[in-house]
Amino acid sequence: MSEWASDSVKKQFPDFVLETHRQHGDDTLLVSREGLVPILEFLRDDPALDFCMPLDVTCVDRIGLSEPPESETDPMNPMLATHTTPNLGECDGPRFEVVYHLRSLSRGAMIRVKVRVEEDDAVVPSGTAVLKGFNWFEREVYDMFGVRFSGHPDLRRMLLYPEFEGHPLRKDYPRKGYQPLMDMPNLDGDRVPGLEE
Amino acid sequence: MGSKAPQKAPGADKDLKTEYLTINMGPSHPAMHGTVKIILTLDGETVVDADPDIGYLHRGFEKMAEAGTWTKVIPYTDRLNYVSPLINNVGYCGAVEKLLDLEITERCKYVRVFISEISRICDHLTAVAASALEVGAFTPFLWAVQAREELYFLIEMIAGARVTTSYTRIGGLRWDLPDGWVERYEACEERLFRMLDDVETLLTRNRIFIDRNADVGVMKADDAIGWGYTGPCLRAAGVDYDVRKAVPYLVYDRMEFDVPVGHKGDNFDRYLIRLEEIRQSVRIIRQVIRDIPDGPVNVDDWRIVLPPKDAVYNTIEGMIAHFENIMKGVQVPAGEAYYSVEGGNGELGFYVVSDGSGQPYRVHVRAPCFALMQGLRDMIIGGLIADIIPTFDSINMIGGEIDR
Repeated sequence: MSEWASDSVKKQFPDFVLETHRQHGDDTLLVSREGLVPILEFLRDDPALDFCMPLDVTCVDRIGLSEPPESETDPMNPMLATHTTPNLGECDGPRFEVVYHLRSLSRGAMIRVKVRVEEDDAVVPSGTAVLKGFNWFEREVYDMFGVRFSGHPDLRRMLLYPEFEGHPLRKDYPRKGYQPLMDMPNLDGDRVPGLEE
Repeated sequence: MGSKAPQKAPGADKDLKTEYLTINMGPSHPAMHGTVKIILTLDGETVVDADPDIGYLHRGFEKMAEAGTWTKVIPYTDRLNYVSPLINNVGYCGAVEKLLDLEITERCKYVRVFISEISRICDHLTAVAASALEVGAFTPFLWAVQAREELYFLIEMIAGARVTTSYTRIGGLRWDLPDGWVERYEACEERLFRMLDDVETLLTRNRIFIDRNADVGVMKADDAIGWGYTGPCLRAAGVDYDVRKAVPYLVYDRMEFDVPVGHKGDNFDRYLIRLEEIRQSVRIIRQVIRDIPDGPVNVDDWRIVLPPKDAVYNTIEGMIAHFENIMKGVQVPAGEAYYSVEGGNGELGFYVVSDGSGQPYRVHVRAPCFALMQGLRDMIIGGLIADIIPTFDSINMIGGEIDR
């Protein structure tokens, strides 16, 4: 549907585009971290492309994408093997993959731009300067995966509360994880003056 | 009511000491449907700053989806937008089918369009009903909810439940439409139109309703696109973007229908757009009833859909296929896909990643409300605190969808 888009981006930024593919009709660009903001800008501003609508930002924790070791299958019940905890082995390449989806209004086409970052350096330049609509989506990725966005105007947790420990959509966060109880917030500042006595 | 220019704090020019007031609107406030909090900074009655705070209904949909097989996610999708659960079912199954490169049967495509449009009518009726209720009009609310109730009865006939439908399956449907369903719908449609006319008579030219809604909560086209608005809220701003037209899925490319657009992008435009979309949905449903072919609703592939029960009980192949399908799940080839449908509030997208097993590796929902809520701040700033209620309602935020 939008092969022309990935071709023209590749021609414009040959150093930044690491890989392109088209699965099931979705055009996908894997770009380097430095190239993300220029490529998003180019996609938005080029009149032939016009990818001006921010659709979605999400992230994939690739830590479980490698082959599961044979030893983990239960010999007594091999059918249940797929329902065990995810394999937390080494993945091929960086751990986190931040995925941007954009829509071209004039052509109806969708393009996917992906950036991969290592766990110990999980920082991605924010796309909010290009399209303000990425704001909350990036906050959610930070909330759920702990990937930080440099240059984001308001990087706070989105769905969870500030005291939450960990990032729940990481594959190594347990499915039945419990969070410590918090102290009640101190309400002294909210007391109505003049009612103390 | 209805003034939008930031006003000077009362008494500021009389050397009176004024200061901003910060209050929490919600999370359990009667007007904050779906448990959401807006932290407001007020100067008297005027909103100076607003910070919507969502997440009170977060249940970890995306984490739960990674726990079972692909099929086991379908009941969770009912709980996303619980006003139009059938559209969520259609969207999720369509995403997995895209990953499988699977072509579903013709009849199934038509039935999916049928149920999507029924759901859209339910969704819009709820939004219109609530927007009347927010400004004090209780009668249209009761009428619209009564009309919705009839549609819920239809949904109960096909799925066995009013809201938690889980009607679609990967590769088809739970079962075909029951006998007499189309006739039942046609009887319903007549009452629906009568109700729509009644609601329009009460609201569309109502002085109070117009004063409270016209020129309130304005979102211009450029800003709406920039915030990622889709659905009725984007179309009210004058952008004719509808997933059913832009990226036709199922059989929407064969349907003849119009996409209504507004021009001001205020609450009143959003109300009118929703009313018109109900009529357009009915138009689509009539074409579906006219064109729907006979035939099976499920693909003929036991690796994807469950075999019929007599095959399961009487043949070893059927038995094995059933067992493998339940225990291991549908084996989805490794890859990624994004599939979007036009939900009640806009583009509802599912981004699914498979590692080649019977278990989803990642399921992400692009909730339309999520993008709508991040633009709410711009819509209510500078307005009056009383205008927050109709504005917040007109974007029709659904807690289950935004918090997942």
